[in-house]
Amino acid sequence: MSENVARSDTRDTELGRPLVGAALEDTWATPSGFWGALSTVDHKIIGRRYILTAFVFLAMGGVLAMLIRLQLARPEARLLSPDRYNQIFTMHGANMMFLFAVPVMEAMAVYLVPLMVGTRNIAFPRLNAFSYWIYLAGGLLLWIAFALDMGPDVGWFAYVPLSGPQYAAGKRADIWAQMITFTELSALAVAVELVVTIFKQRAPGMTLDRIPLFVWSMLVTAFLVIMAMPAIMVASTSLILDRLVGTHFFNPAEGGDVLLWQHLFWFFGHPEVYIIFLPAVGMVSTLISTFARRPVFGYLALVMALIATGILSFGLWVHHMFVTGLPRLGESFFTASSMAIGIPAGVQIFCWIATLWDGKPVYKTPLLFIIGFIVTFVIGGLTGVMVASVPFDTQVHDTYFVVAHFHYVLVGGAVFPLIGAIYYWFPKITGRMMSERIGRWVFWLIFIGFNLTFFPMHILGLQGMPRRIYTYQPDMPWSGLNLFASASAVILAAGFLLFFVDAFRSARYGPPSGPNPWDAPTLEWATSSPPPSYNFARIPVVFGASPLWEQNETLAVADGLRVDRRELVVTSLVAAKPQAREASPRNSIWPLLAAISTSVMLIWSIFSPWAVVWGSIPIAIALIGWFWPKGVPEDEA
Amino acid sequence: MTLLQRLAPLMMLPLCSCNGWQSALDPHGESAISLKALILLIVTVCSVVWMLVMIALILALRRSHPPRPRPLQRDPRTARRMGATVIAAVAATVAVISGLTVASFFTTRALAVAGRDDLTIKVSGLQWWWNVEYFGATPDQNFTTANEIHIPVGRTVRFQLEGDDVIHSFWVPSLAGKQDLIPGRPNELSVRAERAGVYRGQCAEFCGLQHAHMAFFVIAENESDFDKWANAQRRPAAQPTDADAVAGQQAFLSKPCAACHAIRGTKATGTSGPDLTHVGSRKYIGAGLFETTRGSLAAWIADPQTLKPGNNMPLVPLSQQDLLSISAYLASLK
Repeated sequence: MSENVARSDTRDTELGRPLVGAALEDTWATPSGFWGALSTVDHKIIGRRYILTAFVFLAMGGVLAMLIRLQLARPEARLLSPDRYNQIFTMHGANMMFLFAVPVMEAMAVYLVPLMVGTRNIAFPRLNAFSYWIYLAGGLLLWIAFALDMGPDVGWFAYVPLSGPQYAAGKRADIWAQMITFTELSALAVAVELVVTIFKQRAPGMTLDRIPLFVWSMLVTAFLVIMAMPAIMVASTSLILDRLVGTHFFNPAEGGDVLLWQHLFWFFGHPEVYIIFLPAVGMVSTLISTFARRPVFGYLALVMALIATGILSFGLWVHHMFVTGLPRLGESFFTASSMAIGIPAGVQIFCWIATLWDGKPVYKTPLLFIIGFIVTFVIGGLTGVMVASVPFDTQVHDTYFVVAHFHYVLVGGAVFPLIGAIYYWFPKITGRMMSERIGRWVFWLIFIGFNLTFFPMHILGLQGMPRRIYTYQPDMPWSGLNLFASASAVILAAGFLLFFVDAFRSARYGPPSGPNPWDAPTLEWATSSPPPSYNFARIPVVFGASPLWEQNETLAVADGLRVDRRELVVTSLVAAKPQAREASPRNSIWPLLAAISTSVMLIWSIFSPWAVVWGSIPIAIALIGWFWPKGVPEDEA
Repeated sequence: MTLLQRLAPLMMLPLCSCNGWQSALDPHGESAISLKALILLIVTVCSVVWMLVMIALILALRRSHPPRPRPLQRDPRTARRMGATVIAAVAATVAVISGLTVASFFTTRALAVAGRDDLTIKVSGLQWWWNVEYFGATPDQNFTTANEIHIPVGRTVRFQLEGDDVIHSFWVPSLAGKQDLIPGRPNELSVRAERAGVYRGQCAEFCGLQHAHMAFFVIAENESDFDKWANAQRRPAAQPTDADAVAGQQAFLSKPCAACHAIRGTKATGTSGPDLTHVGSRKYIGAGLFETTRGSLAAWIADPQTLKPGNNMPLVPLSQQDLLSISAYLASLK
């Protein structure tokens, strides 16, 4: 770096357009080869990796789901032993929540948010690299343990005492708890990066009321992560302590409390649902505007609904505990708050329908998924209103009714928009279009397969079928609907399979897309597809909420940044007025080394408390290397 | 998929109530009956709401759109009309949600007051069976049984629910909603059966390997039948009379069986397994696994780990003769 400082600084104003591009590429590009891949801090490369990894976990979790459906297709099936089945449903839940749903939403944000706010890299890019490696290590830990028949078997919620030292022998529950530590660590890291990126790196002129709704949703999500995740880290750490060194946080015989676990878990676990759902909401608002050919109706109402949902989501956790015998009056309060969250959900649905009504819808695959989302998510929302009622819930809690409900919310409410979003942003990420013809097949297979698989589960639940049972007896009246659900799951699986095939094929052979194939209004489409390493040759300046529609001829840009070192524009929080030029970190191998040493310590600590002592030494070394002062001015006002 | 096709299953819900002994839609208890009414109310209201949203969505998509040159233009009059419609829809949402909250609150209150109890039964959940204790007027009238609960029709019964190992959940959908059994936190549930019958219940909270096979039966019968049953249960086990059963009793007491199971009136006083004093009178063995017959008892004793993998009953090596006579003895314990 010292030689850079010695050189006179070069500004983009001094160079012509082609030269600026070349100079920026020089400064920002990730070197090719193995070393470059390991040390990169480019949010696009890391985001792509993150998305790809999350979809691999989706596919693996889907295989587990198919095994579950195979086992339940007929009564008293002996395909899976109860031990294997319990591992499989635990893995399915833990994998889908912690390794797919949350990471994939954050991954989309890691890729898209810097582009959508018009900056050159995410804030704290090395932390971003670290977070990916930690996430990968957590995922590998869980799946390797499963392959070794050491997979957790206590449910994704791991209720004590079942997961405690007395009833969960071996290391299975510890692996679950430590996997939580990994994924929460990575989620927290990304959340912090997103908050800072959104608050301080927006393009000049992107005032609060011009932030794209997906970015708003990620901002609210990031705050939910920051506030909810510590609860689960406290819980899982206490569990490990109970198991490893004999503390008694959750042991009633020694003054501990088993319900404390449930309070901590759901204080995280309920916001978790919105951590998955709110990004999807942001995707819907973004996509609906592009395909209705109108700015979304009720921007302010939608932002308020996002914030209201985020706040309310912390006041609902007790509705997961309605049958634990808490005081009735308190429970009724949580009924009211759980139902109240239906109001912001309603606001959003009505604003989207109004946008479609006002617009001229273009029926491309992404819009099909958005329409499918509205149809299924409203069912999931309404069954959510049902389970929010204490008396109603006493009959359906822990039954297949709830299984149906949350699959409607999570698959219908989050995965449908996500698949639509992949179809939408695929050309931005790869420069190629996915197939519109296959896309329709994918949509109809997934939509029909999903509803046929999960709708009957509502009825099964009301007919008394509990969750998490590895089989049921032939004299129960459940076999018909179970067989039907299992057969329908094949349609659903075929849809996902086709989606993966289309994505792989299109990444290589899809028709080139050009920079803005959908004529979309937001900044990520203001650069080439895929974007160059520096995102924008000149930082865009924004005058409205739909910049590419408002300034469709030419986009105003800011200049004066150095091209010989990585520099970003830092803007003010509310008005996005330029404040400073800030240096952005260069590639580094230290985040990977820090992630490896952290992983070693965390995994080792499953087996011995001394790991925390000895394992922290390499972590300290890695962090010292990471943060070693570079002797370069951080920013210039 | 047409609207009608999507709705068909939802509309079928009220019709599916013909499925017997473990269903929230086939209620025979006071609580379950009022819960079913609430369920039908909420499901109906929500179905109507869903249909209205779908109609709005279809209208929005079907609208013939006037050509407009640029995406940004929105006629202020249209915008006002849209705003008013959205506000009206949100107001309707608030009204519906408030209504359902109030309905739910009143149903809860109705459930909570059903508690002037004269009969108290303590149910403990264990991996993976149910221990049931009845309390009489004096301690010598107390008795213990397992996996089968008799109650008198038309009387409110208070269940004291305790988790002895991990969390379980006591659920007889045809009689009442569920309630968890939590170690260190006793719970209560009031139940009143309105009709005589056999109602199946099942553990509803995941509790480990055999969560799927942790069923029990509640048998609601008229007062005199109930008294007869309770009196019979209070008595110690009958001394076996036929030679097979006598041999079985000896084998039972000399083998490890007695270490875990109690048979009142004998030296068998183990408590880690179900009380077997009147096991022959119970409809099912193995927590709802098989109907009680001499054959099923023999099969269960011969190989409990294949029939219910992971359960806590070990395979005790027995001679053919011992196996047959022990099953004869147990079947005779009416």
